[in-house]
Amino acid sequence: MRILLVEDDPTVAGFVAKGLREAGHVVEHADNGRDGLFLAASETFDTIILDRMLPGGIDGIRLLETLRSQNNSTPVLVLSALSQVDDRVAGLKAGSDDYLTKPFAFSELLARVEALTRRGKGDGPQTKLIVGDLEMDLLSRAVRRAGQKIDLQPREFRLLEYLMRHAGQVVTRTMLLEGVWDYHFDPQTNVIDVHVSRLRQKIDKPYPKPLIHTIRNAGYMLQPETP
Amino acid sequence: MKLPLPRSRIFRSASLKLAAVYGLLFALSSYALVFFLWWATTGLLDQQVEAAIRADGQAFDERWSEGGLPTLMLAIQERLAENFDDDAIYSINAPNGKRIYGNLERWPANVVEPGVFYEVPLTRDGEKVVAIVTSYNLYGGAHLLVGRDVKGRLQFKRLLPGMLLYATILVAVLALFGSLVMRGLFRRMVADVSMTAAAISRGELDRRVRRSGRGDEFDSMAVAINTMLDRISRLMDGVRQVSNAIAHDLRTPIARARARLEDAASHANSEEELRAAVERAVADLDGVTAVFQALLRIAEIEAGSRRSAFAEIDLGPLLADLTDLYGAVAEDHGLTLVLRVPDTLPAYGDRDLVQQAVANLLDNAIKFSPSGGQVKLAAEPLERNVRITVTDQGPGIPEQDRARAAERFFRGEQARSTPGSGLGLALVQAVATLHEGALVLEDAGPGLRAVLTLRAVPPPRMNTPSSAPHGTDIAPVSEPVRS
Repeated sequence: MRILLVEDDPTVAGFVAKGLREAGHVVEHADNGRDGLFLAASETFDTIILDRMLPGGIDGIRLLETLRSQNNSTPVLVLSALSQVDDRVAGLKAGSDDYLTKPFAFSELLARVEALTRRGKGDGPQTKLIVGDLEMDLLSRAVRRAGQKIDLQPREFRLLEYLMRHAGQVVTRTMLLEGVWDYHFDPQTNVIDVHVSRLRQKIDKPYPKPLIHTIRNAGYMLQPETP
Repeated sequence: MKLPLPRSRIFRSASLKLAAVYGLLFALSSYALVFFLWWATTGLLDQQVEAAIRADGQAFDERWSEGGLPTLMLAIQERLAENFDDDAIYSINAPNGKRIYGNLERWPANVVEPGVFYEVPLTRDGEKVVAIVTSYNLYGGAHLLVGRDVKGRLQFKRLLPGMLLYATILVAVLALFGSLVMRGLFRRMVADVSMTAAAISRGELDRRVRRSGRGDEFDSMAVAINTMLDRISRLMDGVRQVSNAIAHDLRTPIARARARLEDAASHANSEEELRAAVERAVADLDGVTAVFQALLRIAEIEAGSRRSAFAEIDLGPLLADLTDLYGAVAEDHGLTLVLRVPDTLPAYGDRDLVQQAVANLLDNAIKFSPSGGQVKLAAEPLERNVRITVTDQGPGIPEQDRARAAERFFRGEQARSTPGSGLGLALVQAVATLHEGALVLEDAGPGLRAVLTLRAVPPPRMNTPSSAPHGTDIAPVSEPVRS
């Protein structure tokens, strides 16, 4: 994937660019708002990672607003040292698709970027999700694995749906908390782990091959093969 | 008690300006008074002259009707003889203008209309004077002129410039003296305030403005300033306390991370060992970040800016969702989480913050409960508030610690061994205060009951600067926890 990184801090930029390249992406880097806007407007990217505070007269929010006013709908993830909720809302309002507060774990950034590019492809409304031998019918709300019906609580259903929609991608605990529960705070205990482990009891335990994998220092991934 | 004032700044001194304004006002009002007095006095003098002339005219009219011209001439003669001031002017003139009798040499040309008062220049005994005169028509076409020489008034007028000069000097002296007195008073009144301010700037934070005890405006200003200083000093104590706590609580994980990294750098034998040490150090630093984020969030809530996100919320589904999230965790700990909440429970506030506050309470309850116990989440409407109660069967908080439990970084003896930042209850407290409510910790015997009261209806005005709860709105169950 082609990713544009607009970030002025050389350490953070170097670290992020290196990590993204290692994950197999092509990274273009701009260290100020002007160059960033020029690149974003003149070339095609799959995702833009945008720092909020930028030198050169054009900050992240201005860049984003300009881009959106030109009907450019490239998915944008905003990075910011401002954690206040109002700032997050301002970022989302300006047209960003996701928001991540500094300091962040690279695994979190990578997971979110990959989730964004997947979302950007938009393959229309689905009625059925299939991962390996796991099937989810979104209309009848039925889940089957290897043809056997599995009973799930409503919340477990939504958790599994989120994992299946992001199959093959790392999904972090924060992403699950935001995507499944719509909570925007950091719970002190690992509430998500407990829920995932309950889901595993139903989805994976009775079967020889697990589908939900724990990715160390990152989160979870649903896929047929062991990563 | 004197304010040191550099010479170059003397003209910018407020006390000098005040004195100058006082002097100017005093001088202006003095002159206004003098001119008014002059105007009133001359007016009165003119009126008196006109009255005397009218009285003369009336008397002559009577004498004329008694015996005609000879009696009138006799009357004039008598009047002139009695006139010691030598200011009376009389003249009887024939229809052709020739003088018949009187002490006026020539009839003034502009005196034509009878009964009208004229101010005319005259020559009497070779001396130029000003007189007020009027005339009467006598039977047979003759004219009578009655007047008064007003040289006295002229003399008074001539005196006036001199008088004004002396008055000016007097006024200037008085104004200067008054200004100095005013300036002294003003300086004495502000000196204490500015000396206190200067002392506080130097670092003597316990200095206060002295009260005169007279109960005047300056006294109430002193009280207001002292109240402000007390409040600032309390806030500063709070800040100092928090920064000490931050220094202590953040230094520990930072020191740990540093030690791990240094140790790994010099002693690690394999890449694996090095990697493990670095990962643990990153985890320590993540902990530091989490503490910072919690602190910032509490500060943000306390600043009150989040009131903009207030909306009507339904606590029924909100608490049910939280029970769903934490129920699984409780079960993992061998606990049961019981929810006792009406299906709909309207409240007014910030959805995210209320979620986080209740989550923190549930988190605490689950963390401190022994296996096999029960955690109860209940909520009920209470007049204009809602009351959310989280009850556990853990060890509770000793009474002496309860009041301090919601302070930042406060951790009770039993809590030392459990993981946590000591910021959870501080955040709940901040959320409660933002919602014009309170957090009260009670003994549930055994266990702890945390009672979170929130305002359920929108306040009449949103931008109340005071975040203090309204006394009557909150059911005071026991002493509220203060941060």
